[in-house]
Amino acid sequence: MKDAYFIALGLVGNREDALELSQEAFYRAYKHFDQLNDQERFFPWFYQILRNLCFSHLRKRRLRRAESLDELDSEPPQFGPADAFDPEMVAERNESKDRVWRAISRLDEKHREVIVLRHFRQLSYDEMARVLFCNRGTVTSRLYYARQRLKEILEGSPETDGFADGSADELRKGGQRV
Amino acid sequence: MTCQDYKDFMMGYLDNELDEAQKRAFESHLSGCPECRREIEEFTKLKRITDDVTLVEPEDRLWQQYWGRLYNRIERGIGWMVFSVAGILLLIYGGFTAIESVIRDPAVGVLLKVALLALLTGLAILFVSVLRERIYFRSRDRYKDVRR
Repeated sequence: MKDAYFIALGLVGNREDALELSQEAFYRAYKHFDQLNDQERFFPWFYQILRNLCFSHLRKRRLRRAESLDELDSEPPQFGPADAFDPEMVAERNESKDRVWRAISRLDEKHREVIVLRHFRQLSYDEMARVLFCNRGTVTSRLYYARQRLKEILEGSPETDGFADGSADELRKGGQRV
Repeated sequence: MTCQDYKDFMMGYLDNELDEAQKRAFESHLSGCPECRREIEEFTKLKRITDDVTLVEPEDRLWQQYWGRLYNRIERGIGWMVFSVAGILLLIYGGFTAIESVIRDPAVGVLLKVALLALLTGLAILFVSVLRERIYFRSRDRYKDVRR
């Protein structure tokens, strides 16, 4: 239950949606339990239901936002940034943590999920490969590109959340040191 | 091996997912490759600041209500299903009764009766056709047994 909630929270970024989506995933798993061929593989099967729900929810949310902006005849919608990630969801908040949380919300779905599984649920590479239905090599490569992208966002392009605090400087210095 | 090959080891090294031999090989590469050393240092810092982010644990009350809300959802789902099935059965029964009374009514013109029967025959053909198509494609669907 907690795993489902926290994974959903990492993917959609706010408590109400995470609760709703994780419960909907359990409901669908219950309804389609007969489709699970091997009960030992419950978690990977359940994870697929949960992630599909979360990503489809995010797409609908973006679409709604785009439509409302369209109606207002405003500037073209910008997908991705912030994506309604609630900063209140971060424990013991500080500027650096808020920036990392916002940066995660800017990652694309494929990269966001590996970061969530690795950093928030501490899954091993083998466990991640099982839930993502891919091999270890793919997990490694996705993590590499996800972290690379996260680093780029944190190092700060003009319109993104640059690292204004010590951690950012640390990262930047790391990049210039050698 | 090139730096590109060692990039595959980089994440494993960072997350402590390499075996001893791989770890040694990567460390030996690092000692002679400033570019990879710089990259691993950056990733190490990134990992540290990302690991620092923990998510707020919801209050106990929420966990206590979690399964109750799920149970309600399942119960309502079953309720709606039973309600829908009963509604469909009643509609079918009502429809047939109405049609039967029209057919048996001598006051209703023959043309109307023929049109009504033709309408029903058309609906029946459409229903059988769709059903047959669904059964045909389901029996030949190569992906129906794909493990979920």
